[in-house]
Amino acid sequence: MKAKFLIPLLLFVVLVGFLAVGLNLDPHEVPSPLINKSAPAFEVPQLRQANKTFSPASMKGQVWVLNVWASWCVACREEHPVLVEIAKSGLVPLIGLDYKDKREDALTMLEKQGNPYLLSAFDANGRVGIDYGVYGVPETYVIDRAGVIRLKHIGPITPEILKQKIYPLVSELQKS
Amino acid sequence: MKPLFLAFASILFLQCAFANDAAPLADDPVTEQRLISISEEMRCLVCQNESLAGSRSDLANDLRREIRTLIKEGKSDDQIRTFMVERYGDFVLYRPPVKPITWLLWIGPFVILVIGIAVLLGYLRRRNAVAPSKALSAEDNQKVDALLAGLGKDERDEK
Repeated sequence: MKAKFLIPLLLFVVLVGFLAVGLNLDPHEVPSPLINKSAPAFEVPQLRQANKTFSPASMKGQVWVLNVWASWCVACREEHPVLVEIAKSGLVPLIGLDYKDKREDALTMLEKQGNPYLLSAFDANGRVGIDYGVYGVPETYVIDRAGVIRLKHIGPITPEILKQKIYPLVSELQKS
Repeated sequence: MKPLFLAFASILFLQCAFANDAAPLADDPVTEQRLISISEEMRCLVCQNESLAGSRSDLANDLRREIRTLIKEGKSDDQIRTFMVERYGDFVLYRPPVKPITWLLWIGPFVILVIGIAVLLGYLRRRNAVAPSKALSAEDNQKVDALLAGLGKDERDEK
């Protein structure tokens, strides 16, 4: 008979449990359907050398990181030092995708803050971004030797994410 | 007064100059109608509470442009939906497809309804069992009559 009075308390605990989990999820982090799929092909002009183009096919055979950024994106500035650190470490080639930006603005920003990218592809109208399911710059993709997307990170990369998620994955992919 | 007026007028004028042009509608209303019916069923990923049809975010504009192009290329509604899901996942759809991971979402409410009905029926049955109607014996009847008679007399005395 006594146990009966505990039922509402139990239900309440279950409810709180669900709410606690729900509150800690980030609604902006939508699981990407592109994980373990081939990185969509594209060919767009480069940012610095507009007469040259970049295509992901040219990165086949190596593990690389694609970082979607823009000069108008505030969070990108926040993550910039982390990108510079990746470039300095020389552990993995970093390619930028300058998303819906103005060429002059983008070049000015790189000049001021340092350019961590081997090169940046210039996606003027955001068409490449759509193929990569970009909806919140900055976004970062880790792509393996076969050209398959292995990780997508939405939002700025923090030093923790770099050390706990990106570097371990990259070194694991580089071994295989 | 005049400089003040000029200042206000120029502020208003500047605002007009900065305003964007309205997004061009497709040439034919049929395309536009299909665009609306498809994009109303889709979530804008930037402002997640808005549909793709209603959102004014930059990405929504681009995606509507993309859908418009796909319609003009003669793609079916299903093909366009697949195009979006391949890039943004099931999350773009306001009506998630029925598959193992969404079973709880689709069937859950009915399961809860069935549990509720079962609990209600059980409760009603138990309540009927606890309070059975009991016929009074002749002896009980006499007692009741005596009590009622006594009560009636007291009341009469008070008056």
